[in-house]
Order: sequence, then structure tokens, then C-alpha cells
Amino acid sequence: MNAPVNAKELQLQIVEFKLDGQTIISYEGETILKAAKRHGIDIPHLCFKDGYRADGNCRACVVEINGERTLAPSCCRSATAGMEVKAQSERAVKSQKLILEMLLSDMPDEGFKWVGDSEAEEQKNQHGELSTWATRMDVTVRPELKALRREKVASDVSHPAMAVNLDACIQCNRCVRACREEQVNDVIGYAMRGSHSEIVFDLNDPMGDSTCVACGECVQACPTGALMPKGLIGSQIVDRKVDSVCPFCGVGCQITYNVKDEKIVSVEGRDGPANHNRLCVKGRFGMDYIHNPQRLTKPLIRKTGVPKDENATQNPQDWSSIFREATWEEALEAAGGGFKKLKNQYGNKVLAGFGSAKGSNEEAYLFQKLVRTGFGSNNVDHCTRLCHASSVAALLEGVGSGAVSNQVNDVEHSSMIFLIGSNPTANHPVAATWFKNAAKRGAKIVLCDPRITDMGKHAWRTMQFKPDTDVAMLNAMIYTIIEEGLADKDFIAHRANNFEALKENIKGYSPEAMAPICGIPAETLREVAREFATTKSAMVLWGMGVSQHVHGTDNARCLIALVSITGQIGKPGSGLHPLRGQNNVQGASDAGLIPMMFPNYQRVDNPTAHAWFEKFWDTPLDKKPGYTVVEIMHKITAPDSDPDKIRGMYVEGENPAMSDPDLNHARHALASLELLVVQDIFMTETALLADVVLPASAWPEKVGTASNTDRMVQMGKKAINPPGDAKPDLWIIQEIAKKMGLNWNYAGPDAGVAAVYDEMRQAMHAAINGITWERLEKESSVTYPCLSAEDPGRPIVFDDQFATADGKVKLVPADIIHADERPDAEYPFVLITGRQLEHWHTGSMTRRATVLDAIEPLATASMHGEDMTQLGVVAGDVITVQSRRGDVGIHVRRDDGTPQGVIFIPFAYYEAAANLITNAALDPFGKIPEFKYCAVKLTKGGKAPVSIGYGTNDSKQHITA
Amino acid sequence: MESSGLRGLGGAGFPAGRKWRIVRDQVAPKLMAVNIDEGEPGTFKDRTYLERDPHRFLEGLLIAASVVGIDACYIYLRDEYHGCRELLELELKKLQANPPFKLPLIELRRGAGAYICGEESAMIESIEGKRGEPRMRPPYIAQVGLFGRPTLEHNFETLYWVRDIVQRGPEWFSSFGRHDRKGLRSFSVSGRVKNPGVKLAPAGITIQELIDEYCGGMQEGHAFYGYLPGGASGGILPATMNAIPLDFDTLQPYGCFIGSAAVMVFGDKDKARDMALNVMHFFEHESCGQCTPCRVGTGKAATLMQAPSWDQDTLEDLAIVMVDASICGLGQAAPNPIRCIAKYFPQEVA
Repeated sequence: MNAPVNAKELQLQIVEFKLDGQTIISYEGETILKAAKRHGIDIPHLCFKDGYRADGNCRACVVEINGERTLAPSCCRSATAGMEVKAQSERAVKSQKLILEMLLSDMPDEGFKWVGDSEAEEQKNQHGELSTWATRMDVTVRPELKALRREKVASDVSHPAMAVNLDACIQCNRCVRACREEQVNDVIGYAMRGSHSEIVFDLNDPMGDSTCVACGECVQACPTGALMPKGLIGSQIVDRKVDSVCPFCGVGCQITYNVKDEKIVSVEGRDGPANHNRLCVKGRFGMDYIHNPQRLTKPLIRKTGVPKDENATQNPQDWSSIFREATWEEALEAAGGGFKKLKNQYGNKVLAGFGSAKGSNEEAYLFQKLVRTGFGSNNVDHCTRLCHASSVAALLEGVGSGAVSNQVNDVEHSSMIFLIGSNPTANHPVAATWFKNAAKRGAKIVLCDPRITDMGKHAWRTMQFKPDTDVAMLNAMIYTIIEEGLADKDFIAHRANNFEALKENIKGYSPEAMAPICGIPAETLREVAREFATTKSAMVLWGMGVSQHVHGTDNARCLIALVSITGQIGKPGSGLHPLRGQNNVQGASDAGLIPMMFPNYQRVDNPTAHAWFEKFWDTPLDKKPGYTVVEIMHKITAPDSDPDKIRGMYVEGENPAMSDPDLNHARHALASLELLVVQDIFMTETALLADVVLPASAWPEKVGTASNTDRMVQMGKKAINPPGDAKPDLWIIQEIAKKMGLNWNYAGPDAGVAAVYDEMRQAMHAAINGITWERLEKESSVTYPCLSAEDPGRPIVFDDQFATADGKVKLVPADIIHADERPDAEYPFVLITGRQLEHWHTGSMTRRATVLDAIEPLATASMHGEDMTQLGVVAGDVITVQSRRGDVGIHVRRDDGTPQGVIFIPFAYYEAAANLITNAALDPFGKIPEFKYCAVKLTKGGKAPVSIGYGTNDSKQHITA
Repeated sequence: MESSGLRGLGGAGFPAGRKWRIVRDQVAPKLMAVNIDEGEPGTFKDRTYLERDPHRFLEGLLIAASVVGIDACYIYLRDEYHGCRELLELELKKLQANPPFKLPLIELRRGAGAYICGEESAMIESIEGKRGEPRMRPPYIAQVGLFGRPTLEHNFETLYWVRDIVQRGPEWFSSFGRHDRKGLRSFSVSGRVKNPGVKLAPAGITIQELIDEYCGGMQEGHAFYGYLPGGASGGILPATMNAIPLDFDTLQPYGCFIGSAAVMVFGDKDKARDMALNVMHFFEHESCGQCTPCRVGTGKAATLMQAPSWDQDTLEDLAIVMVDASICGLGQAAPNPIRCIAKYFPQEVA
């Protein structure tokens, strides 16, 4: 065993050396640069950036080491005992200054990144860190060198988000390391030789034409402004910097907003535990949706006599013929008063609410409290139902907790990363960087997906199984592990229940029998299974490709079984991680925004929990679980005789008229409501069907917490005020509650957010008791479970027991269930829906962000080249995709990662709404619809969308406010 | 090997026997990389020997591999040497068809015309399929080299002499020499001499002796004016300094070095400053572009060196930072011609 035997071995070894005559202490492995910095000696440096591999190319940090012929780069060298180092000797300083002078001599007169606290200082320091060091070291360029300035390099402004001015490049290759080593996008390279050496994108393409995914890590890395976000060229002085957390996906990257003239002018990655300064295109360049002129700024009430037109889906920003502006008082009365009237007339079951995974924990908590204590039923749900409901059902059943066992960047400790039904480079881009980093250091990625996505090129094995055959493939792996004696018998004996049933059930699932079903050769199934069972640590991460099936719960059960029988859970680098889709889908679910659970997954039909919450909220509560998203749609169209018929709905920040399956039905249902109140920041497709529209606040306009996929509760701060009369959601919910007659009192600033949080903390005491508002203010992010003020939080759970009643994992066998609607002669293709990198959810935010809209303006259907040939179309042609429920005309994009017989359409585009086609069939446990599979037919030609997007980059209505 | 005093003949002159001992003591698997990139201007000894006796080199390679415990050898051949490649491929095929004992893996890799890939660590990067850039030391390639493994790297000629040393004993090699120096050197002599070519001569021979005894004197109409004792980077000396023994360590006091023993002789109709400018243009062109002093310094220096009267202050500053702060020998040695001209030929740039 190599484990340390005493504490001393774990102590950092200390090295004593002399720096400029003074004896100082460094730790073994610490560079001279860092040791010097700790002792107050700041050695100039440019190519070194904390967190990046030290490259030592700029040579600004050279120091003199006794006994060495030449100077050494202090960023790369560690001190050894007794070493005599001079960082400030005449010789060392001579070279340090000459380096700065040489680099400065090639800089243009006008720079791109001015730095300093005042305008005067900025004028002096035009080249970022280079100027800063030159000023500090008192370096100016002699005329003789200035006269030799290199030839001017042309600007490249081809990219919507970033400007490339290599005139200011010092070839430090921080951007190269950012692109290749941090984000592993492999776009930026260092080409040519000598003084011709230059930064290139792909094969020296303009940045905008390259394969750049616009994560912007390079602009964050660039020290001199050669690579800049277009919004922040020149002066870097902003009015304020506000630390917060990203409002897009579930990764939960921490960010800093730069605010100038009440606008967010740029976003920087912050050193949060989930992202460590990294961001993706949405987080870094997608924030200006909040400044889009189409923001709702006044409460709106449907004009008298204007019918709800469920087919009016084109041009959702043009609403003036449908709504009139109203005062808040009038709108709140129409909304809250209207709900109260419906409740009084028809009883407690007639109202329902959809909260939002895009809002804060406090909003989610208060929203479900409003439905449960005000509306009087448990008819509250949100888009978790459309996303990981089946995963959560399986996890609660199997391991007793719906959250992840290990955090994303724990893959650092994985020797295998088993990725199934997930396209992380598009949907969890920063999470994907950790996978790619792991692969670079030798971890084996197994990508299981009907579509070979970008992660495929980093994978050790790709298992491109036939859509709908997850259980067949996973059972074949489980079979192999059991049959070949690779199961972890000890783990099974002590920590698992029901293994015999699993073993019995698996008998018919040999890889040889499953190969023709799932399309993966038996030897590959066996190879991957063996590796999974025997590797040091394997982490399973999955996305909606697993969950959005009628057998989504079964799929997840297989994954639980897989890690359990191999003991690949409860230790670093091993476990289960359903990658959560939206920024706060974890938190909204935790807070009880689901029809069968109170906060912290306390079942509403559990008498103890029920009694606890009746007492906590001091009000009688419904004992029956409420209806889920799709069920609610059906209950709206139920006959009048149904006592559970839903007649009024409060939709906060959701867009079911785009995100629900079988939209024709969903839209018809929403249009049929007697009262629909929609609270949002834009006129969404759902809001167009509303009676009352309440203008709400975007994430950067309010204070609140969000919980990411890693179980980190993170603080979101307000950067600017909402536009016009738009209000914080938390305030609006409380006003509706008031109209419903609830006597709430949440005192304090920002609509009493801290008080709401504290109440939620009590309601969820078994998970977040130790995470107080004050602690979050201080620490920005705390992982739960966290039970006391001293508890640092637990990134890895299930290390000794599972969260089930007996502490053991429950293995649940699964058999093959087919998709609800399989291809046939009439509808021979399979439709898979999903997302893409630039657009999020229904596109209402991202398609109004200038950069994101510029990069991906148009709905496209991805198709295999061979299928395109057979259909007689080329990329860019229009095809019609039709199912039994609806059809869309859409442009084709060639993607040979999409298997033949399958077509993929992202659901973010209203003008070609994929969900017009999808099937609303549900998983029986998770009640999640089968977004990932339905039968369609394709025809060449058709009606291309008339209008495209929201005119975000249309100069006529460009953001000028 | 240690007793023979054989030193690395690529230019650095590290004692070959000591190198074997160091790498032999490292943890397996160990690799060998052989440098036949022969890119130093004026050097053509490796090609000459390879064309005439490839097997002698292969014997040296196999002896080194078996003594040190090498699992795989990578031969990096200058790509302009088409004939050598054909020949070496043929000889390797023959060897592999009829191996005298279990051979290590031997791969022949083609260079791509970069001078910098003659630098040992840049060559390793190139073999690994990367951009040819020198690595930072430590770690030394004997510890962490090709593909992260301990690596024995040799110039072609170093291995070429191994067989003779084994056969004839270490004393045979060290019995040669003049002016208190020991061993044999293969001088690639070019320039204004009557008979240029590869001259196998005793170590420590002076330039005057080399010209007179081995090259038939100067060409008609040219009087000896100066010489580059060690290729492009070894500095430039005037004819007045014609009595210095040519060997490792003997030229350093004069700001020069012997390197790969590429001796270029020029006459009274040539200008030393033209030589200096020529090599500086060469360095500018061949700098890998990784570190600031070399990337920026070589170009700026070349421009300044074109002035009739040199800006000595600025050139000396550039020289200081290039010598002190460059990553590898290219940048560190690039200022040699500047300093030599300033010191030995001041009249040309005043």
C-alpha cells in the first residue's frame, strides 16, 4: 500500500533558499515566482497565468541562480534547498526590463486594453498587463527600438463577440493554452516561425469562420488586449463589478458582471467551485438579452374581445393588437383576484401553477407555497418534469436522493467517464471541459449516444446505440459483469438490496443477444463492461437522452445497478451524476416545485411530512399529490364534470407553449383556460395566450440563490434594475399571495429575499440547515448536505450509506419497453429533439442575445449525409418534418454524427417548433414525456419559416436604449 | 567510452560515456533519439560519413542501445538528405531482416527543414509530432525526454566512432590530438580554401594548420582574413588569431565555440560584417518564435546590423538579453557574431 502512514508524510515539504540575500521558505514544487510573491517580491511576468500550465516563454520573470550560466524563468523553476536566487540583481533586472522594452517596442500606438484607475492612467497603460509591468519597472522604449516596430497586423473582427488585434499580441500563448489545455477546443494554434510566429484559428482562418465555439477563455486569458470581447475594447473602467452566478445551464459557473451606464458590458468568469474561471459562450457573451428592447416593461391585460388564437405563433413580439398596458394594481387584481374568484367558484383543485427552474430558490419556494397554501392544492410543477423527472424517480427509489452523488469536476479523480444520453459540449460546456481535461490526462471516456457529438473525438470508445435501446445496452453490460464474475461482491453484500432479483432478471440479456437490438457489437459491450467493472473509478453522467423516454426511469435504474454492482459509487471519481439542465432545476426541485413533494422531497402523502408542513405553514394542506406538467394540460381540457378540471393557471418564467410535447394540444389547452396569468421577461408563446402578463425581472436584476447540478447553493446578485415597471419575481409572487388573502410578511430589502431564504432553510433543514444567508453572502457557494455552520458541505455522498431507509441501494431490474411510437412504413424516421450550444430552452432569452443570435440565427434539422442524398437534398435546403401530430418546415444541416434513419431538431425555435411534432406519451414513474423519440416522415421542400428569430441583430431595431 | 574521451559531436560536447551512464541508471523503458538533422550551416560531416559507411553508424547505435538498455530508437534525418534516407532505409531493412540479436524498435523519422529541430529537445518535440520548440530544463531529457521517458540522445557522428573505440580500445581514440588536446575531429571545411571538405584531423589543430595541412592553403587571389570556427553560432575570428587550438573549451575565452566543427574560412575580399549579418538573418529565419529574446531580438538585431555604422549600445543590450534569457542555445549563441564583429572587426562597423 502506498497510503501515507503518518501525518508527517502529508505535510508539505519545506525548502529553504536565498532570494536576494534573504532566506525564505518555499514549499516543495512551488515555483520561485510564487514563493517570491508570497514574500512580497513581485517578479514581472506575462506568459504566466495562475491556473494555467507555466510555459516560461516570455522570459520577463527571469532570475539569476547561483552556479547557472544563464538566467532562469522563475515561473517554471522551483527552488532547491540552499539555492541562491537573485530576482532583483542588476543582471536579472536588466533582462527583465529589456524583455518588457522589446515587447513594448512592437506595440501599436493605440492599444486595445487600457488599464488603470483613472483615465489619465489608462492613457499611459494601453496594453494591459504589459503596460502595467512596464510602468512598475519604469520601462520606456528607446527611439532606436521604436523605429524598428514590426509591420502592422490587420484586425480580424469577423467574430460576432470578439475582436482579434494581433498588433498587440506578445506571443505569450496564454490564449493557446486557454483554448487547447483549459477548454480543450483545439481551435487556436501557434503557427509559423521566429518573428513570423502568429496566433491562428484553425488553418489561419478568420476567427468568425473558424470552429471557435466562442467560450471566450482566450479573451479572458489575453494579457494585452490582442483578443478582446468587442464590448470592452479600450477603457476597462466600469461603474461597478458585481459578483454573481450564471443564469444559463445547471453547471453553475460563477461570474462577474461589468456594469457601465446601467448596462452589462461584459462578463468575466470567476473562480467558483464549479467553473474555476471558465465560462461558455452563453455565460460570457449571452447576457445582453436583458437589454433587448422587447423586454416587457408594463403589466398587460388582454384586450376585451380579442380571442386566444392558439395558432398565432409567428412573430411573438408583436402583441400590441392583443394586449393593453395596465397598472400593477389593476393587473394584480385581474390575476390574484381572478384566481380567488375561480377558487371560490369551483374549489381548490381548479388552479395550477408552473414555477421556473430559471428563477431563484426563494422564488421557487414561495411559488410552491403560494400554490399549496393559497391555491389549495399540490398542482405545482415546473420543467424538471420535462427534464430529469424520471432520473429523480429512479434515484429516489434506488439511492434515496434525487441529487448527484459526486460533483462534475470530481471526474478529475475518475479513470473512466461513462457519458450517456448527454451532449455536454453543447449543453454543459464548462462541465465538458473537465471531462476533456480528464481525457487528456488519460481517463477513458465512453460516449453512449445515438448521436456522435463533439465529445466523441475525446472518447476512448463510442457506443452509438440505436435510439430507444438504452436498457438493452445497459443490461448487456450488467450481464457481462455478473456473468464474468466482475461484480463487487463485497459491496453488493453490504450495501445493496435485491441483487438476486437483478441477477435473475438479467439472464436473457447477454451481449450476444442484445447486440442486434442495440446495434453495438457484443465484444464492445463486453470490453466496456469489463473496463467499467475493473477500472479504479468510474463516474456515470447522463442527460436527457436517458430521461426523456417512456422508459426513462428504467434507463436510470440500469445506471444505478451498473455502479452498484461494481462498487463504483461512494468514492472519489465514482458515482452517479444526472447533469441538470437549467441553472436552478436542482434548487427548484429541492424547494418543492413538484406536485408530489414538499420542500426537500418530503412526500405530500407522507403523514409525518404533511403534518410537519401544516404546522410550519400554519394552514391545512392537500394530502393528494398534484398533477404534473403534461397531466395539467390534459386536465385543462377535461370535461366540466371533472372536479379536478383546471381552469386557471399561474405560469412564472415557463414557456409550455414551446417546451411541452405535442404543442398543438398544449397550446389548445392553454388557450382554453379561463384565466392564464404569465409572468415573464418577454412576450413568450405562452404569454401570447394569457389574460394577464406580468413583467418580471431577469436574473441579473434580482437577488437570489440557485442550486447547481453539483448541489452547490450559490448566491446571485443584482447588477442592475429591471427595465420600466418590471418587478422582481419575488415581489410579484407575494403580491399575488396578498390578493389570494394570504398573510405573508417577508421584511427586508429585495422583496425580503433573505427572510424567504431563511424560511426555506428551515423547511429544508435536513439538507441546508448549515447554509445561512449570511454564510452565502460571504462564501458565494456552499455544497449541501450541510447541516451546521461548521459543516463544510459534502461534495461526495453515499460513501458509507445511501439515503434510503435501510441505508442500502435498492437494485431495480428493468426490462425492455419500447418507445411509444416507433417508425413504420408511413413515418419511417425517428425524431430526436434537444438543445444546441448557443440556445437555451425555448430560445426566448438566448435568441434575443445579439451574439448568440448572430452565431445561430436559424432553426436547422441535423441529418446524416447519406439520408440527405437519399432524400435528394443538400445542406441549406428546406424539408418538411411531419408526425401524426404536426409538421414543420426547416432547413437541413449535414451532421454525420446523427445516425441514418434519425433526424435531430433543437426545440428553441418558435418558427420551426420541434414540439409541434413530439409525442406526449409519458414515463409511468417520472411522468416525463418522450421528447427523444417519435416517428416522423420527411419530405423534400415545404414552407420555410416566414420570419426568423426576433430581429435581434436587425439594425432597424437594434438595441439603442 | 568514458576513457576514450569521446564527446558529443553535435556541438554541445557532453562526454558520451557519462551520458550513457546517466541514462542507463534511469527507470525503463528508455528511448534513444539520434540526431541526423545536420542543419548547422557549413556542417556536412554526418552526410559524408553516412553516405560512405552507414553500417558503422548502425553498429554504434546498437552498441549504445544495448549498453544503456534502450527499448526504442528514433532516427531523425534531415529531409533534404534524400539519398541518405534511401540508403538508411535499405540498411535498416537489411538489419531487421537478419538481426544479429534482438533489436530495439528502430524508427526512421523525417525532419521538416527546421534548424531548431537540431536542438535536442526541439527534436524530441518534433518526433512527438509537435511544433519544434526547445523544452525548458530541468528536467533534462536524460530523465524526461521523448514521450516522457528517459532518453539517450546522440548526434550521428558520436555513434559513428563507437565501433572503432570498441574495436581498437579507448586509447586509440585519445592517442590523437595536438596542442594538448585529445581525440579526432571531423572538420567540415568550407569557404575560400583550395580543397574544402570533411577533414578528419587531430583535435586541437589550429586554423592555420588546418588550412595549410589539410586544405591545400587558400584559394588563389584570396588572403586569409577570418574564420567561423563553429558554424553559424560559433562566432567569428580574425586571421590574426590563427593559433588557437580548435576543440571543445578552447574557444570560449574568445567568445566562440567549435560546435559541430564547421569551419568557414573567408578572405580579404570578404567582409566579416556580411558574414555576421548573414548568420543573423539565418537565426531570425530559424528562431522557433517561442521566447521573446530570440524571436524579437534576432530580427531587431539583423535590422540594426545593416546600418553602416552600428548602434552598439542597442545591439549590446539585445545581445545581453538574448544570451541571458533565451530558452535554448540558438538564442543564447545568436549574439556571438555581433560581439565578435564589435570586438575583432570594429573597423567594419564604425
